[in-house]
Amino acid sequence: MSPVDLAFWILAALAVVASVAVIVHRNPVWSVILLVVTFFAQAGLFVLLHAHFLAVIQVLVYAGAIMVLFLFVVMLLNLGGPRWFEVAPTPLVVVAVALGAAFVGVLVVGGLPQFAPAAEGPAAAIPRDVAGSVEAIGSALYTAYYLPFLTTALLLLVAMVGAVVLARRER
Amino acid sequence: MIGPGHFLTLSAILFTVGVVGVLTRKNAIIVFMAIEIMMNAANLAFATIATTMGDLAGQVMVLLVIAVAAAEAAVGLAIIVAMFRHRETVNVEAFNLMRG
Repeated sequence: MSPVDLAFWILAALAVVASVAVIVHRNPVWSVILLVVTFFAQAGLFVLLHAHFLAVIQVLVYAGAIMVLFLFVVMLLNLGGPRWFEVAPTPLVVVAVALGAAFVGVLVVGGLPQFAPAAEGPAAAIPRDVAGSVEAIGSALYTAYYLPFLTTALLLLVAMVGAVVLARRER
Repeated sequence: MIGPGHFLTLSAILFTVGVVGVLTRKNAIIVFMAIEIMMNAANLAFATIATTMGDLAGQVMVLLVIAVAAAEAAVGLAIIVAMFRHRETVNVEAFNLMRG
């Protein structure tokens, strides 16, 4: 097993276990912390995919900014303890978990083997010359995809104004 | 040997975990975290396809999805704060203002 394979299995296990723990944990603060673990694992997976810039952005934006926002709101609303919610094996939970497992089963058994790596190994499946460097992403973002990029700027402005208006205390 | 299929399978599993979280949890903040997990799974699939196909469009799309996720988190958490102010709870079943 090559180091890359080992890194993939460790990061994949970390991501799956941490995200399941986010869903089932009773304390929202712990859920946020575990979500940070998931995001760091995802950043590592981006590195394995040679998307280095995405890995940095993942840590900066998700683990840095969005998680601080989540943690801030959890602390602000003081949601400690199981007072606000209950986890119980209601029929809805059972059906949701069963349907989820069936969905994964269908995907893994039926759909994804056609993406299986060829006989010549992962070096052929994932070419290393497609590097997600800052230069490559930047030139793509500012030339071919400048319109979506500008639209994103508008979206962020609208979201900022909307968040301020929504969270403002009414007089 | 690790190939694109492994990454896509992991992406599908993470997405399903997010779906189950959205369907089962009552805490609105946890529901939002599950949505973030789903977006991350989609990002992983985008990055995998971008690398496999040798096209940077997928990675650009991941950047745009991250920006949308940031905007969505800001607005969504503002809505949760506003609802908490009205109802003193973040239980999604208490949010029945629209009689859904």
